[in-house]
This record gives sequence, structure tokens and C-alpha cells, in this order.
Amino acid sequence: MYGKGLRPLSIATVAMLTLSLSLVFFYAPLDADQGFIQKIFYIHVPLAITALIGFVVGGVFAILHLRSGDSRWDAYSYVSIHMSVIFGVAVLITGGIWAKASWGHWWVWDEPTLVSFLIVFLLYATYYPFRYAIEDRDRQARYASVFAIAAGAFVPLNFMAVRMAESLVHPRTFGTANGGLPGEMMLTFLCCLTAIALLWVTLVKFELTAKSASGQVKRLRRALDAPAPGASSRIAPEVS
Amino acid sequence: MNAFAAILGKDLRAELRTLQSLPAMTLFAVTTFVIFRFGLDRTSLSGSLASGVLWTTLLFAAVLGINRLFVAEREEGGFDAIRLAPIDRTALFAAKAAALVVYLLVLEAIAVVAFAFFFLDSAAALPPLLAVMLLADLGLAFAGTLISSMAVNSRARDLLVPLVLLPLVVPLMIAATGASEPLLAAGGPGYERFGTWLAVLALYDLIFGLLGYAVFDFLLED
Repeated sequence: MYGKGLRPLSIATVAMLTLSLSLVFFYAPLDADQGFIQKIFYIHVPLAITALIGFVVGGVFAILHLRSGDSRWDAYSYVSIHMSVIFGVAVLITGGIWAKASWGHWWVWDEPTLVSFLIVFLLYATYYPFRYAIEDRDRQARYASVFAIAAGAFVPLNFMAVRMAESLVHPRTFGTANGGLPGEMMLTFLCCLTAIALLWVTLVKFELTAKSASGQVKRLRRALDAPAPGASSRIAPEVS
Repeated sequence: MNAFAAILGKDLRAELRTLQSLPAMTLFAVTTFVIFRFGLDRTSLSGSLASGVLWTTLLFAAVLGINRLFVAEREEGGFDAIRLAPIDRTALFAAKAAALVVYLLVLEAIAVVAFAFFFLDSAAALPPLLAVMLLADLGLAFAGTLISSMAVNSRARDLLVPLVLLPLVVPLMIAATGASEPLLAAGGPGYERFGTWLAVLALYDLIFGLLGYAVFDFLLED
């Protein structure tokens, strides 16, 4: 049931990623200051934006779960957060590479966006031990939703607080007084953002399909009285 | 309102009679100051160092109290009683948060005075610091009550509160230390961005207060 539309979606994602990467390398102009290394911007920033939106989307699914009591929404919320955490690792790694190349250090503390992202990432990293600590499935789903909602509200609050505490080293790419990005860069960036967002959606859908398939297999095995091979995950919600 | 007063009264009475949390919290805080004295090898502190030491210690001491906040409810069947009682469940959230604010104020009354004796040259910073602490306590109480009520029903109770709460209160600590740093500066209290930081603290309180109000019902269902 979750597999519906997965193939066209995957094809669209691959096509969009290919298009975006070719734009990055063959169309977008070299940055005057940073040269070639600036190209990582087209991967790093879309990944970060997608991860953050994914966290908030996980919170919205959690609200739906609490309102309806339908455990499907919990699975959606879990998979969204799971995928965003994975994207978050990629953001921290690409961010580190970019920081090393352009500022000379792997990590820069007086830089609000980096620090905020790290704090948000650390908070969401506790989502797994948090789920793992609660045994009862229903309660686990409910508590996880409360966590996801609280953390979703925390994301903007945290960005505000960290930004106020800090100076301004990070490139404010958008909405700065002197104009932001030139046209070609902006177009490339938007393409990359779309591609990465599509990638996120596709991966979330794949994960849900896989979970639903293994849930069905498990139910069939139970119906046949065959023992399930290996232990199933205690954290991930079961999908019907 | 009656339920709120009853639960809060019960909590404070129980704490007064058993003294489970408060002595441990204050002792922990004072001992931590002694450790900082040797760890930093300083006999007096000011500015960012002072506010960092003070707030780190208070936060970790608060975690001790937050860990134990719902233990009696769970072990003595208080959750079932609340579920059976014809009252708004939010009363439990509000009463527990209020009890936590009281604990934190008592903790600060002792720990901050000890801090001033140990490390500060003058007590001029203490009155404005009280405003920062009131707002920070409120936020800590809301977030702490929310996490504690979930952690108490898990297997890793004592582990989960520090694990989840610490990242969650980072913005609160940023604002609290930001406001305290000029207050504790070497040349007497300053007030740079004092109002802004208080506004951030108040915003945090508001968000987590509303959040607790909105979701606490779901935590009590069974």
C-alpha cells in the first residue's frame, strides 16, 4: 500500500538529482571568494533545510497521531525523524568540510547556525534511547509523539536563542542587504533544494514500504505459526 | 483550582516530611561549587565564568529534583488516583510544575548565597539575579515536569531525564547565562541586553507552558 507511486517518485528523484548536480558543476559560476569549495553549499544547505523541515513535519505527524490515535501517524512521525537525523549527520559532515576549507577550522563555535543545528541534532539523537526505554507499544507511540511535538516547537526557539547569543561569521546567504545570490546560483540552489527534498520524501516512502512489508510478513508467519527469524526492532513502530 | 492546591499541598507536605529531594539538591550544589573552586583553581569568579558555574550547577542540581518528581506518584499509585478523580488532568501538570518551582527557589536561596560567599566580592548582583532565576525556574519546571512524567514510566528513568532535558533547556541556559553575565561582571552589575534575555526566558516559559498544557492529557492515558 505504501509502495504505490514509488517507482515514478524514485525516477523523478534520480532525474532531479542528476539535473541539479550537472547544474552545480557545469552551469553555476565559481564563487569569487571561495572558488570551487563553495559548490558544497548546494548540497549542504538543502540538506540542512530539508532535515529541519523534516523534524517539524515529524512533529506535525505526531500531532495527527495524538489527535486521531491512529498508529500509522506514529510510524510516519518516526520515519520522518529517523530520516532527518540521517540527513543531519550528512549536514554536520558537509558543514565541517566547508568550514575547514573556508574558515580553516572543522568546527567554529561563534557561528549560530552551526551551533543551533548541533543542539537540534543532539536533541533528536535522544529520540532513539527515549523510545527504547518505554516498553509498552501504545505508550511508546504516545510518548514519542509528545517528544516529537515538544522538539518541533523547540527548533525555531533554539535558532532564535543561539542567534541572539552570537556574532555573524556565517554567510547570511539570503535576505542580506547587499542582495543575496546572483540568478544562476539561485536557480541551481532551488533545483538542489527540490532534489534533496524529493530524495527525503522518496527515502521516507521506501522506509515505510519496507516496514509495512516486514510487518505483513510477520503477520503471515504468525498466522502460519512459523517463528519469526531474528528479533524485530523494539524502537521502530510496526506498520500495518 | 482546588485540585491544583490539593496536589501542590500534598507534594510540599510530603517533601517536608520525607526530605527526599531538597537536601540532596542543595548538598549537590554546594559540593559542586567546591569542586569548581579546585577544578578552575579560582577563589573568586566574575562575568561569564561566574554565570557559567552558577547555572551549570543549578541545572544539574535541578535534574536531581526533576528525576524524583513523579516517583511517589508511580510507586504509590498516585497516577491511578488522578486518573480516577473527576478533575482536569492539567491540574497535576500545573501543581507538579509549581512544586518544582518551589524546590528550585529553595535550592537557589541556599546555593546562590553559598555561591556569593564562596566566589563573589559583593552581593549587588543578587536582587536583579532573582528576576532571571524566577523566569528560568518557570521554564525549567515546565520542561522538567513534561520530561519527568514520561521518564518515570520508562525503564531508564534516571538516565532519560538528563539525556532529554539537557538539550531541551539549552536555549533557556543561553538566555539565563546571557542575562547573568553582565550582572556578575567584575566592576559591579551591568544590564546589557538584560530586557531582551528576560523576554527570551519569558517566551520559553510561555511555549513550554502551553505545550505542557496541550499534551499532558495524553501522558496520563492508559
